[in-house]
Amino acid sequence: MLASLAYLPNASLLLTIVASIGFAAFIIGRRSPPAAMAAPTSQFQRGLRANHKAFFVALCAMAPALLILTLHILSVDRMTQVLISSELADNIQNLPKLERQVYLDKLTEYAGMQQATPTDDAFFNAASQRFIALKGQLRLAAIMLATLIATGAFLFASREYKIYNSKRNHIEIVINCLLFLCALIAILTTLGIVVSLFLETLRFFAAANSPSLPAFIFGMDWNAQTEEDFGAVPLFFGTITIAILAMMVAAPIGLFSAIFMSEYASPKLRSMIKPILEILAGIPTVVYGFFAALTVAPIIRDGAEWINLLPFVPDNFLAAQPQSALAAAIVMGIMIIPTVSSLSDDIINAVPQSLREAALAVGTTKSEMIKGVVLPVAFPGIIAALLLGLSRAIGETMIVVMAAGQRAQITLDPTSDMTTITAEIVALLTGDTAFDSVKTLSAFALGAVLFVVTLGFNLIALQVVRTYRQKYE
Amino acid sequence: MSKQNSPSDLTGTVETPFTGAQALKRLKRRQAAERRFRVYSATAVGLAVLALIILFASIINQAQSAFSKHYLRLDLTLERTIIAPGETLDPVQIESNISGFNQLVKDRLVSLFPEASTSAAKTRILYSTLPRLGVLPMARKTAANPDMIDTRQTFDIVISDDADLFLKQKIGRYQRADLPGTALLHHLAGANYAVSGVGTSELQAAYSALALVDGRPSQDILIRSGQNWFTLVSASQSRLELEALSIVPSGENVLRTAPLEALILETVATDRNVSNYQIALITSLQDQGRIIRKFNSDLLLQSDSTYSELAGAAAAIAGSILTMLVTAIFAIPVGILAAIYLEEFANKNWITGIIRVNINNLAAVPSIIFGLLGAAIFLNIFNMPRSIPLVGGLVLGLLILPTIIMASQAALQAVPQSVRNAALGIGATRAQTVFHHILPLAAPGIITGAIIGMARALGETAPLLLIGMVAFVNEVPTSPNQEATVLPVLIFKWFSGAERAWEPLTSALVLVLVGFLIIINLIAVAIRLKFDRK
Repeated sequence: MLASLAYLPNASLLLTIVASIGFAAFIIGRRSPPAAMAAPTSQFQRGLRANHKAFFVALCAMAPALLILTLHILSVDRMTQVLISSELADNIQNLPKLERQVYLDKLTEYAGMQQATPTDDAFFNAASQRFIALKGQLRLAAIMLATLIATGAFLFASREYKIYNSKRNHIEIVINCLLFLCALIAILTTLGIVVSLFLETLRFFAAANSPSLPAFIFGMDWNAQTEEDFGAVPLFFGTITIAILAMMVAAPIGLFSAIFMSEYASPKLRSMIKPILEILAGIPTVVYGFFAALTVAPIIRDGAEWINLLPFVPDNFLAAQPQSALAAAIVMGIMIIPTVSSLSDDIINAVPQSLREAALAVGTTKSEMIKGVVLPVAFPGIIAALLLGLSRAIGETMIVVMAAGQRAQITLDPTSDMTTITAEIVALLTGDTAFDSVKTLSAFALGAVLFVVTLGFNLIALQVVRTYRQKYE
Repeated sequence: MSKQNSPSDLTGTVETPFTGAQALKRLKRRQAAERRFRVYSATAVGLAVLALIILFASIINQAQSAFSKHYLRLDLTLERTIIAPGETLDPVQIESNISGFNQLVKDRLVSLFPEASTSAAKTRILYSTLPRLGVLPMARKTAANPDMIDTRQTFDIVISDDADLFLKQKIGRYQRADLPGTALLHHLAGANYAVSGVGTSELQAAYSALALVDGRPSQDILIRSGQNWFTLVSASQSRLELEALSIVPSGENVLRTAPLEALILETVATDRNVSNYQIALITSLQDQGRIIRKFNSDLLLQSDSTYSELAGAAAAIAGSILTMLVTAIFAIPVGILAAIYLEEFANKNWITGIIRVNINNLAAVPSIIFGLLGAAIFLNIFNMPRSIPLVGGLVLGLLILPTIIMASQAALQAVPQSVRNAALGIGATRAQTVFHHILPLAAPGIITGAIIGMARALGETAPLLLIGMVAFVNEVPTSPNQEATVLPVLIFKWFSGAERAWEPLTSALVLVLVGFLIIINLIAVAIRLKFDRK
């Protein structure tokens, strides 16, 4: 019982206990409607008041329980270590402080594994059993404490809940805080990304056999799997090459599709085409990757081999690899078409109708009107759409993992295999990885570069779109 | 001036900058440019639609063979001495006695092809027709019904992936040709035979159509006469020279054969994974009516396996459902509440301004970054286990949070301001206004946005790779704390499988995933339509 309590993951412990306390408080609180108030004038009002009181007492009961359990979760391993260290054998007790801590951490980690295979060290096994028991006791104590205090808060709150009108401002404040916390999660996510990426990146550059920052950014060789060379230029090159090739597919098709939808298509045709393009956006990237590797890549290779056989082409002019940057780029371009087309479509639609009418009135054809008036006006917005597309291309992972190959190399031949930042992150972090190896940390450094670059593009694009909208709406 | 207004000018005989031959030419050019531009833009849409069609067509084309597979129908006696040698009948022991059941099946195969036991290589090929774990359903059924032991039963056992692909004409495509009449078969020496007589001319015609390399066929041609199988070595006008592949010994030197049949393979044995001998065995089994083709229900009902012929997606589907559950429980309430805060409660100040910009940016952050976040925070700092739906669901929840927030914001903005004014006017608090009046009106839009966010989460792969959801899972997970994998990751795993048989299977799995996405999106569309009708 205690052991299973100790194995319970933190999140489910927190959720279950707090949710059940809140639920119980709500049910009980709703049973006894608020006293000492003017008699309710209707059944509706009675229900409203009962609900109100129930919410109030439930929130009051949940808040301290949440606090206590959060504190408990943050401190339980440490507290168990303190408790158990007095029971350990003398030879461990007498270790230097640092080594004793390492032993305790090892014990903590081992005890945390539910299906751990017993080690040879019988004392260690027994200690981990004891650790689990102690941790379970602490858990039980924390849960009991939380329930007790929650009960107290509940009783206090339901006694205090007397006058409807003044309390309803309290509940308003509580709800406001709760909603703000939810909105804060979005900020915390960004903060979490920035802090975790940059802390790990700092650890990477501080590690023993890691490169200096210039060597990382300007180095020409990448062999992270062997933990030898960490020069990221081949990865940057692959990423940019594939992204640009993808944009060469996505930009014209996406832009012309947007023009067709907003300027030429009848409303009926438009309502048919738009969802079809949206389907392209809804297809999972792993499906695109599968398509690129199995259907497009062989076609590219056959085409490259055919070109190699042409009389005026030198031998082995194209690499014609079974996995190629071009295959990944073409499919990635298809994937990005809706990103470009739907945003450009919005932007073109936002161009004021009066401008179009003025152009047509002086006798331009429709295409002259589009080229001469609509596109120049929409230009900043279209650039923003292309930037967002480019940022998607740079951050796209599965297509390059499945279809672009694994070799970090710099070559101008698009039919050879290349790897990108994202593909390399997956290669470095898939499988059993220790978080302190240089190899793993280098993935975080690459992630930081990726984040900064895409964030830059996104910020510019969103800012441009916002100014553009303000100008014409 | 007055001259220009005369009637003759109005007929257009006078040259103006807009009527002359040059002007007409220019107009033609401009109109051609207009048509070209229109064609370009229509072509762009056409290309996008075409890409979509090609994508689905190629996947469906590859997938269709995986929706059925071939089974070998064997009738055999479940001998107790082999499958349950112990004193008592213990269902668990029976079920785990894979080697016992394999022994039964192998013995039965040898009794069908006694000739195969003459050489170890042939026996091995005969056994390889069935995968080792293919007897598992049989063992389960027997364990559940111990009455069946020592009786004669018929089982359908899945055949090996290579044999299956051969029968589906996916590797080593073949044609069968009947050669009319009977022929005389002469035993020359060792394994060499010769055929003369009726029917050889057809064979020669087929043979001469093949490209010859040093007098030998570049493709394999198998010749069959009843139970006997040969490969064609060479042919001349008068006779065919054959090499025995599988022959029932008779001791006579000249045999009057049953009608000959030719199996013309498009590849030579070294280019495919099924040997000529195995093809002979499979074809014999097929002609005995022992091979049947059934719907591949394993794809949805079985868990992952290292054998492609046994692999299924049940565990991944359960993992996907659990992960989506965690995602929904986390992201949907938080997303909606955050949107309510931003739209209904927050004052427009710099903090909410930052939150707004931040949410817009977060929506465009590459998904793999969220994987790095999950790996660094949940795995490294919180020390949560790898490969569990709880972590995967939280990471995906953070990923789709901006989508849900932005959709909910749009839905809340669409609620008329008069509703707010009316509710506040009769003395409702802000919270009452929002939860009693605004939220019900915005609900359809919010639900649609949440569903679209969930659809995105269901198809996401890259962040889950980084938190280790690529583990091999062959038990259906039942709680978010157990190791699991999800559908898109399983697609990636099967895609990485080396054998050729994984390809159609992966395509079929893609269709399963797309099917789930279509269902989810249809629900969203249905909600939107119902809302529109009001």
